[in-house]
Amino acid sequence: MKIKTLLASAAMALGLATSVYADGHEKTKVGFVYVGPVGDGGWTYEHNKGRLAVEEEFGDAVETVFVENVAEGPDSERVMTQMALDGADLIFTTSFGYMDPTINIAKKFPDVKFEHATGYKRADNVSTYSARFYEGRAIQGHIAGSMTKSNIIGYIGSFPIPEVIRGINSAYIHAKKVNPDVQFKIVWAYTWFDPAKEADAAKVLIEQGADVVLQHTDSTAPQAAAQEAGNVITFGQASDMGQYAPLPRVSSIIDDWAPYYIARTRAVMDGTWESKDTWDGIGAGMVGIGEISDAVPADIKEQALAMKTAIADGSYHPFTGPLKKQDGSDWLAEGEVADDGTLAGMNFYVEGLEGDIPQ
Amino acid sequence: MIRLEKRPQPSRTFAYLTPLLAVLATFFFGGLLFAALGKDPVASILTIFWEPLFGEFSFYYRPQLLIKGAPLVLIAIGLSLGFKAGIWNIGAEGQYIMGALFGAGVGLAFYPAESFLIFPLMVLAGGFGGWLWAMIPAVLKVKFGTNEILVSLMLVYVAEQFLASMSLGLLKNPEGFGFPGSRNLQQYDSAHNAEIIVGSGMHWGVVAALIAVIFAYVLLARHRLGFAVRVTGEAPRAARFAGVNPSRLILFCLGTSGLLAGLAGLFEVSGPAGQISIDFNVGYGFTAIIVAFLGRLHPIGIVLAGLLMALTYIGGDIAQSQLGLPAAAIQVFQGMLLFFLLALDMFTNYRLHFGRTEAA
Repeated sequence: MKIKTLLASAAMALGLATSVYADGHEKTKVGFVYVGPVGDGGWTYEHNKGRLAVEEEFGDAVETVFVENVAEGPDSERVMTQMALDGADLIFTTSFGYMDPTINIAKKFPDVKFEHATGYKRADNVSTYSARFYEGRAIQGHIAGSMTKSNIIGYIGSFPIPEVIRGINSAYIHAKKVNPDVQFKIVWAYTWFDPAKEADAAKVLIEQGADVVLQHTDSTAPQAAAQEAGNVITFGQASDMGQYAPLPRVSSIIDDWAPYYIARTRAVMDGTWESKDTWDGIGAGMVGIGEISDAVPADIKEQALAMKTAIADGSYHPFTGPLKKQDGSDWLAEGEVADDGTLAGMNFYVEGLEGDIPQ
Repeated sequence: MIRLEKRPQPSRTFAYLTPLLAVLATFFFGGLLFAALGKDPVASILTIFWEPLFGEFSFYYRPQLLIKGAPLVLIAIGLSLGFKAGIWNIGAEGQYIMGALFGAGVGLAFYPAESFLIFPLMVLAGGFGGWLWAMIPAVLKVKFGTNEILVSLMLVYVAEQFLASMSLGLLKNPEGFGFPGSRNLQQYDSAHNAEIIVGSGMHWGVVAALIAVIFAYVLLARHRLGFAVRVTGEAPRAARFAGVNPSRLILFCLGTSGLLAGLAGLFEVSGPAGQISIDFNVGYGFTAIIVAFLGRLHPIGIVLAGLLMALTYIGGDIAQSQLGLPAAAIQVFQGMLLFFLLALDMFTNYRLHFGRTEAA
């Protein structure tokens, strides 16, 4: 009896909450769910910069809220629900692991718009967005291959998922182009953010002779390890990590979510928001290339910038044939360009990379 | 001159009073912390403790307390048996992972067949997985005298590697476009640990936690085995004279805590979490250690402590979003709770003595 009344009132309140808030209040409320701390200096830090850009752009017309360090799974569902109950109109869920939770909660709040980063499940009120980081990796690979003296490039992988494998392939292809003797050593850290583990991984790679360390993890610990070792160059990941320039950090891939977040918030305000899939790169400004420092010789810098321009205007695609898979089978014919479907689910190395993708 | 004096008898009053005092001290110093961060301390603490229970949307948060609290209570009950007997299972997190992997593995093996037998089989497998993982430190301790604290803790990291491997390999969703993570069991009816009453938060894991509490209570209060557990912790020599077999007790305590942790993992993966993923474990196994101590290793105390911890998590997230409190401040706040509990615990066995020190 008591439970029944409770549930009835719950259902009523829920219906009430969604209809009142989603339509009729002045400030547009935008929620952000973060997987790491805003001070991680990488992934979450950049999403938070995007949030601040939204506040700056719209001033009093918006209110933004965020919760950091949210575990993927039921905790994230609770945080999303809480934001929706508190009247959020638009919620950005900024980690792959929030995919199913976002879909679950979006079903319960049909009037709230959701934006899920890096996933593949959409609904009428769920969009997905991601950045073509591999475009930046191509430029990194070019600089790395040109500058390495030991011909050993270390790579700190987070998890062996398509996004990370794409980055490794893209960097390798372009390093190999300028330096046929180049060899990649890959360490899987199985974390996105763990300064201690990342530092260990960087040290191991440096001990194995790597004089370039690329990272697909978010902390600055590998930069610090490289600085300590000396004669090792690195690239900022997700964020510029400019405090380590000009050496060891010679350039960086920057995730710039601000234009997208502003555009989507505006769409909600205008009532033009629609569910869609966005995968933007250097051209649209979602992927930025941090300033190439003076530690890079002028001619290499020039080539790198030329590649950036070519990728941005669409005249060059980082995955252009001829390319073979690791097992020697053909992938792309001469001049053929990889399609987005294959790239999105990429689970193979290109020819020349050593080792297996962990299973 | 103030000095500490050992009480002739542990104070029963203080044993019951310390959790309350610890909560009050946490309110006070936590409030200071929030004030130092420029937030209204009263509003912050109200948001954390009042909002989920009696706020506008408490109809949603109250069931969440059960969802968040059930695995904590289930694991902590198991741990408390061992802790009472001086057997330290620190690796419940690993047993939780293995329970989830075994249970979900069985469920996924049957996909897409539907049968009412699948879920019970998963429960059995989940419990078995946790039990098995806890038996490693147990057998090593019995046979070779290894330290169960170290072995069980290290096995957590082994279990995490298994979890990553399973998410990327054997249990990976074949329809997941190469992304890690298993199929979502919430979309597989026979394997879904759904809410028994929709919207109540009451899933089978909550039921299991309640049953475990009752069993633990009866065991400790009425059963010979419970007597063995208590006497071993309080007076190991007396226990030997009383005919307690220490090896059997180690196997029992570690096995039971592993079993319950494994069940917690199974209920979580098949219910609220839904899928095996690399980041499936979120620290329940470690937080349960705090819950066990906060609850004075007493079954009823553990229920209250589990709900309290769940409350600070839920309220903490609300405070982050509504008041902009950083996550780190919430974690410090939770840490204070344990710190004050342990600090004030001293007064159970000691009392302050004011006045001149007598000549030694």
